[in-house]
Order: sequence, then C-alpha cells, then structure tokens
Amino acid sequence: MRKIKSTEVTPEAVYRNRRQFMKQAGTAVLGSLLAPGALALAAQNAQVGEDLRGELTSYKAITNYNNFYEFTTDKEKVADLAEDFQVTPWEVEVSGEVSKPGRFSIDELKRRFPREERIYRLRCVEGWSMVIPWTGFPLASLLKSVEPTAQARFVRFVSVHRPSEMPGQKDGWYDWPYTEGLRLDEAMNDLALLVTGLYGKELPRQDGAPLRLAVPWKYGFKSIKSIVKIEVTRRQPSTFWTQTAPNEYGFYANVNPNVPHPRWSQATERRIGEFRRRKTLRFNGYEEEVASLYAGMDLRKNY
Amino acid sequence: MRGAIKPLAHLGGLIPLGLLIGAVLTHNLSVNPIQDLTLRTGKAALILLVVSLSVTPVKLVTGWSWLLPARKICGLYAAFYAFLHFSVFVGVDYFFSWELIKQAIAEKPFVLVGFLAFLVLAVLAITSTRGWKRRLKKRWKPLHRLVYLAGVLVVFHFLWLVKSDIREPATYGVIVGLLLLVRLPLVRNFVTGLRKAEA
Repeated sequence: MRKIKSTEVTPEAVYRNRRQFMKQAGTAVLGSLLAPGALALAAQNAQVGEDLRGELTSYKAITNYNNFYEFTTDKEKVADLAEDFQVTPWEVEVSGEVSKPGRFSIDELKRRFPREERIYRLRCVEGWSMVIPWTGFPLASLLKSVEPTAQARFVRFVSVHRPSEMPGQKDGWYDWPYTEGLRLDEAMNDLALLVTGLYGKELPRQDGAPLRLAVPWKYGFKSIKSIVKIEVTRRQPSTFWTQTAPNEYGFYANVNPNVPHPRWSQATERRIGEFRRRKTLRFNGYEEEVASLYAGMDLRKNY
Repeated sequence: MRGAIKPLAHLGGLIPLGLLIGAVLTHNLSVNPIQDLTLRTGKAALILLVVSLSVTPVKLVTGWSWLLPARKICGLYAAFYAFLHFSVFVGVDYFFSWELIKQAIAEKPFVLVGFLAFLVLAVLAITSTRGWKRRLKKRWKPLHRLVYLAGVLVVFHFLWLVKSDIREPATYGVIVGLLLLVRLPLVRNFVTGLRKAEA
C-alpha cells in the first residue's frame, strides 16, 4: 500500500506559481532559436484550460469528496476505503469494431501517447462542481491507433469489478460493473481525455486510478473511473445510470442549465470552496468546442 | 425514568446541535460545508419528528403514559431543526436570491414538499402553548393531528432527493406508515385490548 503523504504533494500555491514561472521561462527562451517547434507545441498544450488556473479546486477537496459508488455512496469515506485497492498491474482491453484490438498496460499507454495537463471544469449532476488539473492524453489518440472499422458508431467503457477490494460492489442495489458510453464522434472530440494523473501526481485511487475518463461537457457520471475495457460498438451501449434510472439519466447527459433533472433544477451549481452559487453554463462552458456535435438534436429529449 | 423523561428528551433534542457546533468548531464539516449543514439539520428534524410521532403508539402498546411529555418536546425540536434547515437553504445556500429560489422551487417538487412540511411544523410549534390550546378548544387536537401530514411530507421530501438508492428514506416511510397505522381506531383498539387482556 502506497499512500501519498501530504508533504509529498506539491502545495497548490507552488503548483500555481510554477506554471507561471514556466510560462515566463518559456517566453524568455523563445528569443533563442533552440527547438522552436517543441516550444510552440508546449505553449499550445499549456493553453487547454489555462484560463481556469486561478479557479483550481484544492487537492484536498478533489481527493476527499468523491462519487465512487464502487467503494461507498458516502463521498467522504471513499478515500479511506480505496486505500487497499490494487492498481498495479493493470491492463486495459481495447476491442470490438477495431482493426487492431489489444491489451495495454498503463505503462504502455503512457509510453505510446504523450500526456499533457489540462484544466477542466467538472459538473456533478447533483449540483456541485470543481476545477481540476488532469494529466492525460486524448481518447482520440488511442482510438485512432486501434483503427475503428467502418461499422464503428459508439464506444463502451467498463470499470473494474472487484468486490473483494471494492465494498460498494457487494451492494446488490446496483448493477455492477459500472459502464459508460459515448458516440464515436464525441469520443473523438479532442476534449475527451483519458486521465492518468491529477495535480501533476499519479491519479489517486479514490479519483479512479489508474485510468479514467474526463468528458468535461457532460455530467460527472459520464467520466467513468478505473477503466478495464474500451469496446468500440455498432449500437448504443446501455450505461450504469441509464439502467439504474432511465427516466432521470440519459445517454448524452450533457451539462445543460435549461433542462432540469426530473426532481431538481440544474440552473445553478455550488463550486466547491465558494460561498455563492454559480449559474451553470451550457455544455459546462465548452459550447464552442462541442455544440456542433449535437446540431439538429432536441437536447430536451436527448438529455 | 418517570422524572427523567423531560431532561432526557431535551438532551436528545440538543445532541444534533452539539454535534453540529462541534463539527463547525473543529473544521469537520465536509468540503461542501453548506450542503453538510443542510443535510445535518434535515436529518435531525426527520429523526426527532419520527421520535415524537412514536410516543403515542409506544404508549398505546406499553401503557407507559409517563413517556407523553417527550412528544411535545421532541416535536418542538423537530420544528427547530426544520427552521434551521429552511434558513440554511434560503439564507446561505441560495443567499436570498429570490429569483433562483423561485426557479429551484418551480423545478424541484421536493423543495416545495419540504417547505410545506416546514409550514405545518411551524404552525404546530406556535400553537403548542397552553394559551393556544385553550383558545382553539376542540379544534386544537385535529389541528395537531397534522403532525402526521408533516411526517408523510418529510418522507417524500427525502425520497425525492436521493439519486437512486431509496432504502434509507423508504425505511423512514415504513416507520411513519406503521406509526400512522397504530392510530387507526381498529388497530388502536386491538392493541390496547391486547394489553388489557395481558394485564
């Protein structure tokens, strides 16, 4: 069992300033003619969510307030219960409508796909939100590498099923394992990120180690944790929450302040750490990047 | 036990407040502290209401009439926590943004149901004094039977709030249902008859 001591974690202030420093350093080096291409790439990568850096939610909150029903429905007890969860070794099966199916270890994925940091908003369907600095690589990179066939339409994700280490999975109320899905064009959108890290550290167990998804324009439950299988399919897969409560949670689950949950409003949200409520943004603030995916669709019907 | 029932009821009523203040002072609220305050005060109101509702049925079954003072005391504490719960929602969570509150009520039936329960408890708390009992005469008792309505409303308020797993609110629903059942004349007579036959 390896627990990250709080002293090992980069203090947030340092973490925020470091970025600032690196940016300034980058600008300084720009004058010299050393590797201009690499620098341009670095500068481009640093831009995803850079405007949100001042709003980062604390590491403590991100790692102690978790919806991860595989352990417990109590958000504040997940971190403790996840301590003994084994995340190495770990393999992810990529299969279905692809020309090059395979099983990949986490190390292999990290070697093959360059990772970058991205700061995303996360909006939970329950009405709270965070701003999180993830480290990961676009889901599209992995999908392209396995070459989806002409029949490929959807992507189905499956979480690990290990009741001996995940006490919540002994609860028969829910249908384990957790599954999620995206339309292929959604999955290929550059914002859909496969995540291996958080705050520049390895992804903590309670946040879905060793590999999770971050789909920032959708409610948090779409961002499936501890993934063991990615299957490209022809048909729309059923998903954990649409099975559990079909009239309340849809397949698309795009963040939308104008479509209330059947039992509560989605117009506002509580950003963790803030006092006043915020107005919820259409597509969680990623309208420009993703709205075209849903052109012509009735988003009230396809909630 | 007889003399101790009043202080015991007050103690029970104050424990949630003590735990709440303790959590605030030791910074042990969750990272979503406003929601934590809402949940804690709501749960306290629910439990005390159920305790208050159970006094009469327990007395019917056991014959322990010395329990009766706990009914009013626990009921008043339930109203007190419902008031805190309501105040946190309006004054802290939504910070008196009437526009947002209106929208929240319109879009969330469970908020409306909770508000109705709070109104009922408030009316019962205000009219719980001897003066009001005298003034309302025969109407006092039927008015205070509304406490069962409050119990049912609160259960729905809780039931409609949970994401999927309704086991906890359903448990409270079953308890309130059973307590209500014992008050039906048929069941009531049967229960008291049973006790008298034993004695």
